[in-house]
Amino acid sequence: MRAAGTSVEAPTPTPASTPAPPLGTLPGPGRRRPPRGARGRTSAAAGVLLAPFFVLFTAVTVVPIGYALWLSLFTEKQSGLGFGGARSVFSGLDNYTAALGDQAFREGFWVLAGYCVVYIPLMVGGALALALLLDSALARARRFFQLALFLPHAVPGIIAALVWVYLYTPGLSPVVKAMDSGGIGFDFFSSGGTLPSVVNIALWEWLGYNMVIFYAALQAIDRSVLEAATMDGAGEWRLAFGIKLPLIRASLTMVALFTVIGSLQLFTEPLILNQGGSSTVTSTWTPNMYAYTAAFSRGDYGLAAASAVLLALAAALLSFVVTRLTHRKGATA
Amino acid sequence: MTSFTAAGPRRPSRRWLSRSAVNGALLLSVLYTLFPLVWLVTAATKDTGGLLSGDAFSFKGFDLRHNLTQLASYGDGVYFRWYLNSLLYAGGGAAVCALVSVAAGYAFDKYAFHGKEKLFGVVLLGVLVPTTALALPMYLLASEVGLVNTYWSVLIPVLVNPFGVYLSRVFSASYIPDEALEAARIDGAGELRTFWSIGLRLMMPGFVTVFLFQFTAIWNNFFLPLVMLSDQKLFPLSLGLYAWNSNTHAEPSYYPLVVTGSLLAVIPLIVAFVSLQRHWRAGLAAGSVK
Repeated sequence: MRAAGTSVEAPTPTPASTPAPPLGTLPGPGRRRPPRGARGRTSAAAGVLLAPFFVLFTAVTVVPIGYALWLSLFTEKQSGLGFGGARSVFSGLDNYTAALGDQAFREGFWVLAGYCVVYIPLMVGGALALALLLDSALARARRFFQLALFLPHAVPGIIAALVWVYLYTPGLSPVVKAMDSGGIGFDFFSSGGTLPSVVNIALWEWLGYNMVIFYAALQAIDRSVLEAATMDGAGEWRLAFGIKLPLIRASLTMVALFTVIGSLQLFTEPLILNQGGSSTVTSTWTPNMYAYTAAFSRGDYGLAAASAVLLALAAALLSFVVTRLTHRKGATA
Repeated sequence: MTSFTAAGPRRPSRRWLSRSAVNGALLLSVLYTLFPLVWLVTAATKDTGGLLSGDAFSFKGFDLRHNLTQLASYGDGVYFRWYLNSLLYAGGGAAVCALVSVAAGYAFDKYAFHGKEKLFGVVLLGVLVPTTALALPMYLLASEVGLVNTYWSVLIPVLVNPFGVYLSRVFSASYIPDEALEAARIDGAGELRTFWSIGLRLMMPGFVTVFLFQFTAIWNNFFLPLVMLSDQKLFPLSLGLYAWNSNTHAEPSYYPLVVTGSLLAVIPLIVAFVSLQRHWRAGLAAGSVK
């Protein structure tokens, strides 16, 4: 569940954070603090300031991770004739083999894989393209574009999904109506239509957000570098792909990483699609939905925990791959 | 916006063309992002019949007043209870979370102590943990200690945001000069007092940024309340609207409730993002550049 250690390089802490000089050694005659215990006081203060975060972090992250691992090793067994309720029996890796052996769970990963293959390039590429367009010297009204593209982020995911499902629903939707009158019949809830439908909702929610991240990184590039390149005759294309892109590698890694972690948690949008009447989207359509169903419809916490752990492992593995891929050329910003 | 201007005097007609191509592409993408929002606004003004006709952009069946009164009265006005709950979860949760994050980020930036970077590495790992994978064990833990189906079950988990700590460290490094802290210490202020009256004040923009992001995250939160809450009175907006939406198939008169309720639920965040542009831009920039 803890991602492999190497994947943390992505958002590197600022190098500007110079630690405060030790307190006991203040220069200047006559202004000297008593040296005894000064250092102890400092780290005590750091401890007090860090404590609230780490206490809470332990309670809502570390302990649940441990608990999930623990739970995943037990199975509920009905005792005897069913009297006396259920009791937990240690079952080793049985839950894991059960989850992996369940076709519904494996199909969830295939759905996820298909989703990632379509969604991640569209998202990262689209956000990057928009940011480069906005950063090119030709763009106008940049503040307006930034705000307008970012606004979907202000819409709760559940509402974004609701609105889009309404826009997919024949009878409710002006889009479907317009498409029908234009002779393009497309069923957003059909087996071929579900994946694009879900991708579109997620794209709508996050495209502007990631675009603003890229744009901020582009804006931080030293303009003299770009001016020099322009003097040397580089056009907008050369500028964008030869110079700007390599310089914002760090934010590329960050966006790709968050996009991957977000993708693996796919839940809300398909749930609403399921509610909206798609027969393709089952209650175990994605691994996350599988875990939810295992816990709350079947009451099988061991299986749910095991599938959640497997999902988190997949996230760790993919984060690792993403950091490796985006850092491959070693030219990190 | 910047002093940098492109290319020298080259064929002007080509440049004009590419200028309209660039702005045209941006305009198209804006149409894509704004279209569903415009639909939400017009759809919220319609009665069930007008909504089901699919003519969202005509004035057929204009009945906003009725929709709003329905929203206010349906189920003893439970919608506005959800609204207050959301404000409580998001406002309270984000305020505490921002304070906790800023304190930790400041400590990571301004103090040297043993094992600091290792500890910070743990925080960064925390960013990578999928939150939905935590929700189920959190639910089981909460039920062990009897917190399931209480305000606390939704409030406590959102007080933690590792990314907020990371951002706060960046903000602390760029906003708080060490000299300001030295000055306070020389004047005899204790460490915590120095944090409270100097560090926190100087980091206010960072505090607001973390607050804004966490507020959005909590306001948008769906999975955690879905898992934790069964009492409708404790629902936040997201969960309430979800519950209503599940009725629309059997009973189409729920549609106007869901649509109008969604519109009202979106408004505060839109207002916040429009008026606090400086802060979210700064936040996203700090996360991406440093």
